[in-house]
Amino acid sequence: MRRGISIAAAVCALALTATACGSDDEGSTGKAKDAKDISGSLTYWDTSDATTEAPVYKKLIADFEQKYPKIDVNYENVEFASIEQKFKSAAKTGKGAPDVMRADVGLIPEYASLHYIAPLDGTLALKGGTDDFTEGPLNTTKYQGKTYGVPSVTDTLGILYNKKLFKKAGIEKAPTTWDEFIETSKTIKKKTGVEGTYLNPDSYFLLPFLYGEGTDLADTKTKKITINSPEAVKAVTTAKKVYDQASAKVDFANAYDNMQTSFKNGEVAMLIQGPWSVTDDLSGKAFKGDEDNLGFAPVPAGSTGKPQAPTGGHDLTVYQGSKNLDAAYLFTQFMTSSKSQQKIAAETATLPTRESAYTPEVTKDARIKGFHPIMKTARPRVALPQVGSLFTPLVQQYTKILQGDVSVKSGLDAAAEDFKKLLPGYTIGS
Amino acid sequence: MITALRHSWQKYWYAWAMVAPVVIVLAVLVLYPLGYGFYLSLTNANEANVARDIGAFHAPATYKMVGLDNYWSILSGADGDFYPRLTWTIVWTVSCVALHIAIGMGLALLLNRKMRAKLLYRALLILPWAVPAFVGVFAWRLMLNSQYGVFNEMITAVGLPAQNWLATPFAQKVAVIMVNVWIGVPFNMVALLGGLQSIPKELYEASEMDGASPWQRFVNVTLPGLRPVTHTVVLLGCIWTFNMFAVIYLLLGQNTTGEADILVTFAFRKAFTGVSDYSGAATYGIVILALLLAFSTFYRRRQLKTEQA
Repeated sequence: MRRGISIAAAVCALALTATACGSDDEGSTGKAKDAKDISGSLTYWDTSDATTEAPVYKKLIADFEQKYPKIDVNYENVEFASIEQKFKSAAKTGKGAPDVMRADVGLIPEYASLHYIAPLDGTLALKGGTDDFTEGPLNTTKYQGKTYGVPSVTDTLGILYNKKLFKKAGIEKAPTTWDEFIETSKTIKKKTGVEGTYLNPDSYFLLPFLYGEGTDLADTKTKKITINSPEAVKAVTTAKKVYDQASAKVDFANAYDNMQTSFKNGEVAMLIQGPWSVTDDLSGKAFKGDEDNLGFAPVPAGSTGKPQAPTGGHDLTVYQGSKNLDAAYLFTQFMTSSKSQQKIAAETATLPTRESAYTPEVTKDARIKGFHPIMKTARPRVALPQVGSLFTPLVQQYTKILQGDVSVKSGLDAAAEDFKKLLPGYTIGS
Repeated sequence: MITALRHSWQKYWYAWAMVAPVVIVLAVLVLYPLGYGFYLSLTNANEANVARDIGAFHAPATYKMVGLDNYWSILSGADGDFYPRLTWTIVWTVSCVALHIAIGMGLALLLNRKMRAKLLYRALLILPWAVPAFVGVFAWRLMLNSQYGVFNEMITAVGLPAQNWLATPFAQKVAVIMVNVWIGVPFNMVALLGGLQSIPKELYEASEMDGASPWQRFVNVTLPGLRPVTHTVVLLGCIWTFNMFAVIYLLLGQNTTGEADILVTFAFRKAFTGVSDYSGAATYGIVILALLLAFSTFYRRRQLKTEQA
């Protein structure tokens, strides 16, 4: 019964989207207009770090306004953690919603399925084609065959390590498998007295373990929930082993902050982390003035032998209800151009999404040089609108598993049952 | 009759006119959302099937009435979450309110005497109330940090092992009760202090003349004299604590087992992660309201009875 309703809803929604697009083509999209003739004002919601990253975005906006003097851009910095709910409540009513927004790549399927963001195929936003974009980030913009964003910055997870501590423990290179990871951590602890690693108990950081066993939260092709598959059980067993044998004591309420603080102060030798944290790392006493001490490596591989981590980063998206779509498309194009990306990369050391933006000048930055090769281990995440909801039951069961309240298998079984409630039409099994 | 009404209107129109804005505001801010919430709780509405009209995209509402299905799935225990959360919510409310009253009473008694620097003590004790709850909660979170927090520094300094204050569900439950008690005591103290000061001195003098011990005076004069105040304070305390969102949501962060979630934080997480489940959240809202309404009615009745007795 329930499934019947949702299919009806989906069909209805699809039909409506189709008609909406039809009218779009005849209507007022930017194609017919010359970019110089576009005028008006637009609001841009930025989620970049307000102190370290926002200045370069503001500078780019000033450049944009200079190039297109008829367009006025209102810049608003919105906190990354709260933007999802803020945008969704504004998007529903149209009151106070932005025209362009920087969205986490993981949220694109959700926004697109709810029709809050506009499809960009054939608009000014994607003028010049998508050939220049690297494949991973470009994949994050797709939902059901359409493009809903333009990649701005990208990231993934890798190993960040303290070279001096590794040397002191007599370790030559970063571990390449989880078993090596655990051994390395133990050796460091024994030889130097410093903790080997700090496991982040957040479910996003569980993904490299799952991918390393060749599994994911769910499989959209076969409509199966795979979080309790034998591979996933193996992956989480490995994570539990890291927690039990290799990690510093985890403070669950302050995990991320404690992990960062202890790593940058040299109290922990290696982390699974992303490039966004590198600027912060370099401000700590273990790396300040000694940037070469920070080592980069891909995440350890699971039993499939292939190291894999989720593709993260941000895309620029256009609000479907924008009053000034033309200006929004044009702005999106400008902000994601190769030139803009080079400027962003040079200032913030975040990784560009265009091949052409990796100029010699950009790649000579140690922070970018370190993470750029690791990007080839990035893989797309499962593109489900409900993926944000799935992380809640997963993190609860994962926490219970790590704390030893439940076994790996029964914790994941419980998570799978919760997934089933959130994913209509899906069955449990691999 | 009509003349009486007209007379009343002529005489009191001013009062009606004064009341009208309040009635309108209440209707708009309270009654309408409440009615709408109740309506949603009878449907299967979520973010993906409500009517949307966004730019070029138009979709009519495709949700439908499901009767009492949502209530049944919660109250029958089929969703597996309601009863564990309710049990913990009650434990949390009772322990917080009991500690609030006990500590608030103790401090009020201490302050209700002649002493030096009374104003200073009172100001210091009221401080937690003056700090916005979320600021206080974050300060506690910093202090309870197992690696860099001041508590562990203090106990390791005297040779005790460091504790992971916010890790296991049990530790989390103790921590949230502790922080909420810290936040709630000042209000209870001030309210009870006011109550103490309104008890006529003559009663104490008379009982002293009759040879009552301090304890007897406390039980037979102070407690009955405080009853009107404690009744109100307990009722308010129960409602506030039952719905105390900030402490639990902010102190524990996102990496929890969910065991320390009370009904409101649970409903929030359910509703505001990913695609919002409006009907489910509305149902939880109405059930929470019904529980509190039933409690307050019952409590008021009992209070009236004891007052009449």
